[in-house]
Amino acid sequence: MVYAVHFAVAVLACYLIAQVLTRSTWTYDSPRVAIICWQAVGLALGLSAIGLPLAAGLAPYDDGVGTALLRLASGELVPGFGLAHAALVAGGFGVGGVLIGTTVICGLRALSAQRRHRDLLTLVARDDPAAPGALVLDHPSAAAYCLPGVRPTVVVSAGTLSLLDRAQLAAVLSHERAHADERHDLVLLPFTALCRALPWAAWVRAARDTVALLVEMRADDRARRQHMDGALAAALLRFASAPSRVTPAGALGIAEIRTTRPLPITLSIADSHLDARVRRLLTTGRPPRVRGAIALGVTATLVVTTVALFVG
Amino acid sequence: MRLGELERAVMDVLWDRGTPLTVREVAEALHNRELAYTTVMTVLDRLAGKEMVERERAGRAWSYRPAASREAYIAQLMLDALDLSSSRDAALVRFARSVSGTEAEVLRAALAEETADGKD
Repeated sequence: MVYAVHFAVAVLACYLIAQVLTRSTWTYDSPRVAIICWQAVGLALGLSAIGLPLAAGLAPYDDGVGTALLRLASGELVPGFGLAHAALVAGGFGVGGVLIGTTVICGLRALSAQRRHRDLLTLVARDDPAAPGALVLDHPSAAAYCLPGVRPTVVVSAGTLSLLDRAQLAAVLSHERAHADERHDLVLLPFTALCRALPWAAWVRAARDTVALLVEMRADDRARRQHMDGALAAALLRFASAPSRVTPAGALGIAEIRTTRPLPITLSIADSHLDARVRRLLTTGRPPRVRGAIALGVTATLVVTTVALFVG
Repeated sequence: MRLGELERAVMDVLWDRGTPLTVREVAEALHNRELAYTTVMTVLDRLAGKEMVERERAGRAWSYRPAASREAYIAQLMLDALDLSSSRDAALVRFARSVSGTEAEVLRAALAEETADGKD
């Protein structure tokens, strides 16, 4: 039972650290460290969520989870190992299956959406000397994004080209290339998958949104190395206020549509995220080395401990 | 020439003509590229496989037309780009998200209109 308690403590520790990391703002000054911490917490949480029922089920073996599993697999049954214990072991495998399964499904869906998106881009996007290295979509709304993959593509809309000046556009393109280089889509994937697996867990969604924001900040930092801070901040602000100025074409004959739907909640989150990003670009904070080192230490210990609990 | 460029050239012909075309007609429209009839057929086949063109019998030959307009495809891409599509597959990484409800409506309406047209 000792092992199960250890896993339970690990789950609790993951939850608490996630809470702290969600609320922290030092992470804004050191997004890369914070992203690594989040990945460690995610990994530790997944492992201990699998380990908890396994360890509870294997308690009669009075051995580490790994060793006990091997003994069970080799057909060794100890007294006291009943149906309930077997069910718990199966539950542990179930949790593992769900976690890996949702991640794989999420990844496959993203892949197929990306393939479709790439196919359509081939047909309708064009090169433009104004946006070197990027594809341009002829649409007046402002959009800039990265289609990740082995051959990543950066895309901007015509609306973006008219919205930003040259320095701002260059900064935005660097930002998107940073996403592509560092495969931020893969960083986000497990968190998106976890949101799907646990749609009722608000703190998981909060964690996902936080990681998404950190990824943006990380890309901002990369872009900021090559361009003036002001350019990127100005681009962000222009994006934020763009929609009101854009009159979508292709809207002929449907201009009478003026439905004012309540905005989805993600938009208000996007606004506060935007605010945080602009603010940090305009002030140069010193990287919080001490707090970053502590966070790295704690989360690394957490991962090592959970792995050791499995092996031991 | 790359396959993607070929697909694009073929779609451009179909979009610009606005009427269903046979393989031969598409090949003729692209005569300056000196493409073999079979090449054009292969490209149209691929496009049909991706559901980007629809084909129907016209006498003894097949004729092809775009499954949707260029604008509809751009609208589709923009919905993805602005994270407004229903699928939300986390397939893209965006610069910033801040879209008015009206803009979303307009994009969706452009798509809905297109689908309605396609069914006529």
